[in-house]
Amino acid sequence: MHELSIAMSIVEMAQEEADLRDVQIEAVHLELGLLAGVVADALLFSYEVACSGTRLEGSRLIIKEVPIEVFCPACRTPKVLTSMQWFCCPDCGAPTSEVIHGKEMIVTALEVRDECPTTHIGSA
Amino acid sequence: MNAQPRILEVRKNVLKQNDEIARKLRERFRAEGTFVVSLVSSPGAGKTAFLEKTLTLLKPRYRVAALVGDLATDNDAMRLARSQAPVKQITTGTLCHLEAAMVDHALNGWNIGGLDFLFIENVGNLVCPSSYDLGENLRLVLLSVTEGEDKPLKYPTIFNSADVAVITKIDLSEAVDFDESAANANIEAVRPCMQIYKVSAKTGDGMEDYLHFLVARLTEFKSESLMILHQPSL
Repeated sequence: MHELSIAMSIVEMAQEEADLRDVQIEAVHLELGLLAGVVADALLFSYEVACSGTRLEGSRLIIKEVPIEVFCPACRTPKVLTSMQWFCCPDCGAPTSEVIHGKEMIVTALEVRDECPTTHIGSA
Repeated sequence: MNAQPRILEVRKNVLKQNDEIARKLRERFRAEGTFVVSLVSSPGAGKTAFLEKTLTLLKPRYRVAALVGDLATDNDAMRLARSQAPVKQITTGTLCHLEAAMVDHALNGWNIGGLDFLFIENVGNLVCPSSYDLGENLRLVLLSVTEGEDKPLKYPTIFNSADVAVITKIDLSEAVDFDESAANANIEAVRPCMQIYKVSAKTGDGMEDYLHFLVARLTEFKSESLMILHQPSL
């Protein structure tokens, strides 16, 4: 299960940004291609584990799945695959290995809150 | 009171660190003229036997070495060492795949310069290794006849990430009623036009074709490297 090491990289990356900008992270947005070799559910579970004990504890991981887009050599245009088991143009059936999208594993954005310079104990 | 949450655009590749190390490794291999081949498969597909045979057959004419990833034991490294080629073990512990940093670390201080071929045997796993670039020039995915013809459909990601498929243990085809055309069709479905070799490390069947292919790729790689390295900078 390599999702845990992927989750740890995400947390590390987000934490660096948080430290740099002095912000509190509430959510991490991730683009995850269907060909990235990562199971979204396992990653969500691992993210929680990876966050515990860090400044990101309690933050959310928001995954946007990226479908597999290939270039069809016959139609000469990009097409979105309907099945991972069939690397063929969904319209004309031409086989193709030219993957344009679907391997992404990119942190696209962070939902942050500026950190208060002082903490007011007891304030609502 | 805290301010309202806001969105900060970042756009960073999660595997950036791995990809960067892999890129440097690839540059280094290019400069040294070493063609790097990685092997991925499920556990028990015959990676080690196939690699031992490959090393043994290449050794008389080429400078070869192997790195082998294993979760816990050094059994595979010991088996590969019988080929007389330099072999180094990478123990991954609980980690289910190799990463570029492990390859880099294993190469440091290993005095084997001037190789023609370096083979990297990944941990037996058809899921996790697919995401990690190791700086290799060629990724082989192995599928043994005993595993069933539908493996490519079950693990399309790793088959799609590979350059060449090798069907192993073909000496057992008859005993397990292996349907070769179904296996070919399934590989073709998840990775159209991928080259497929059928071998038996035990009998040596099919090894010659596959080795011819490897040597042709090495020759191509060396002439490309010379052109790139001797290109005058603009």
